[in-house]
Amino acid sequence: MEKMERQPGKVMDLYSAVSKFINDGDAIYLAGFTHLIPFGVAHEIIRQGKKDLTLCRATPDLIYDQMIYAGCARKIIFSWSGNPGVGMLRGFRQYVENGQLEIEEYTHFGLATRLLAGAHGMNFYPLNSIHGSDLPKYNTLIKTIKCPYSGDDVTVVPALNPDVGVVHAQRADREGNVHLWGIVGEQQEVAFASKKLIVTVEEIVDESVIRSDPSRTFIPGFLVDAVVELPWGAHPSYAQGYYDRDNAFYIEWDSITKDEADVKVWLDEWVFGLEGRNEYVKKLGSEKILKLLPKNMFSYPVNYGIYL
Amino acid sequence: MSYTSNETMVAVAARALNNHEKVFVGIGLPNLAANLARKLYAPNVILIYEAGVIGAEPLRLPISIGDPCLVTGSLAVCSFHNIFANYLQRGLIDVGFLGGAQIDRFGNLNTTVIGDYYNPKVRLGGSGGGCEIATFAKKIITIIPHNLKHFPAEVDFITSPGFLGGRKERQALKLPGNGPEKVITNLGVMEFDADGEMILTHIHPGVSVEKVKENTGWDLKIASELEETSPPTDEELKVLREELDPDGVYLGRRKD
Repeated sequence: MEKMERQPGKVMDLYSAVSKFINDGDAIYLAGFTHLIPFGVAHEIIRQGKKDLTLCRATPDLIYDQMIYAGCARKIIFSWSGNPGVGMLRGFRQYVENGQLEIEEYTHFGLATRLLAGAHGMNFYPLNSIHGSDLPKYNTLIKTIKCPYSGDDVTVVPALNPDVGVVHAQRADREGNVHLWGIVGEQQEVAFASKKLIVTVEEIVDESVIRSDPSRTFIPGFLVDAVVELPWGAHPSYAQGYYDRDNAFYIEWDSITKDEADVKVWLDEWVFGLEGRNEYVKKLGSEKILKLLPKNMFSYPVNYGIYL
Repeated sequence: MSYTSNETMVAVAARALNNHEKVFVGIGLPNLAANLARKLYAPNVILIYEAGVIGAEPLRLPISIGDPCLVTGSLAVCSFHNIFANYLQRGLIDVGFLGGAQIDRFGNLNTTVIGDYYNPKVRLGGSGGGCEIATFAKKIITIIPHNLKHFPAEVDFITSPGFLGGRKERQALKLPGNGPEKVITNLGVMEFDADGEMILTHIHPGVSVEKVKENTGWDLKIASELEETSPPTDEELKVLREELDPDGVYLGRRKD
């Protein structure tokens, strides 16, 4: 048998990762519960004019509101739609109220369970919730079966296996072995449930950094199709230990979206008018950036030991 | 010291928590109430946030449910699925706080839609974890403004189940939590009777029963021994204003 060289890493630039892996009509899941929301990828999807996407996320957040306004979305699969800490999500709300956007709605636990089934390679999973609400009347994918052990009714939801998952994290090596900490949300389930996976990180580190703390490895590199180094890739959401959530922008979005013309101006200025994340960070400016930098708080080191 | 109705609601909610209880907390008034309880009445209360943070001791007021200040210095962080499966569904949460756009006489809450689901007048946020909190937490405390809009005869959509059509209906569905326990408003406090129907037990100082009834969309039951709420104490107000919400983000404008 012929000797084989180890494959090179999966590092790509943002443009190539999005154009190679995300297609019109795909169901995609841009992960992250308040934390590490991959805005950098979303803006690239908008710039590339991707269309007819089914956008899956527990909380559509500003990221999907921007994609809805930009015309990327055909349908939203979600469990809570709002501007966290501020109020409503005007784009989502307006498009739904006008019948321009198809929705498929769950509770948080329902959507989390869909992802878990997808991540575990099961067709469906049960949960002991939702049946007390009116949701099953309006979402027929939420079904009831008989528990084979107790005979009681149990709610089941189908697996969710997005065509493409996107996870932003603090660091990864060139193979995509991901270290992620802070609020871990649904990122791991999205990584295992998705058919393709794009990872963007604050910094690409040497494999030895990953190997120094394997209990923090959240996603194994072999699940990952593309690794993109994208500092500030989650702004205006945050990256624990790297930068704070830009709460001021979350509030500003509420006033920008009071008039769709203002949204267009914003998209032109902050998305279409910029080539990528580097320009975005430059445009944010040093004053804003310094304001969002936290003081350091390192965890106590752990000892893995050396076993010879 | 004079006080706002938000301060009254927070103080009443804080007093309802017992030491060592595990409390599922949201942002805003419930967060203030849980932290006020932790400072004064229930030092061992464990605050659990929907974002998957357990034992948070934030150094600043969290603005969003997933604020990074909740993570630094907390006891544990778990995944989105785990917080619902391991903590709520497993039955480990003692108290859950809820709010909503509409509540009915059986404590059912609507945070989904005003009008028809397919042709909404107002599309609201949806369940989030509300349905799970309502289903699994041992007791539910709801904080909600008291007016006809929020207290209609019937909710347009049940997002988070209270007693559904009455205590028996909730039991028939075998929802694990005990259901709503208290509804705290700017006018008073309501509990639930043997049938699971809301009953006014406390009115806040200066509020008349008439005013409560006028602001409720059904013929609200009144407890035979109706009490007046003890107003927020100076100590409660000091902790709220100086430590927990110094900028008045959630407590609103002060009168003094």
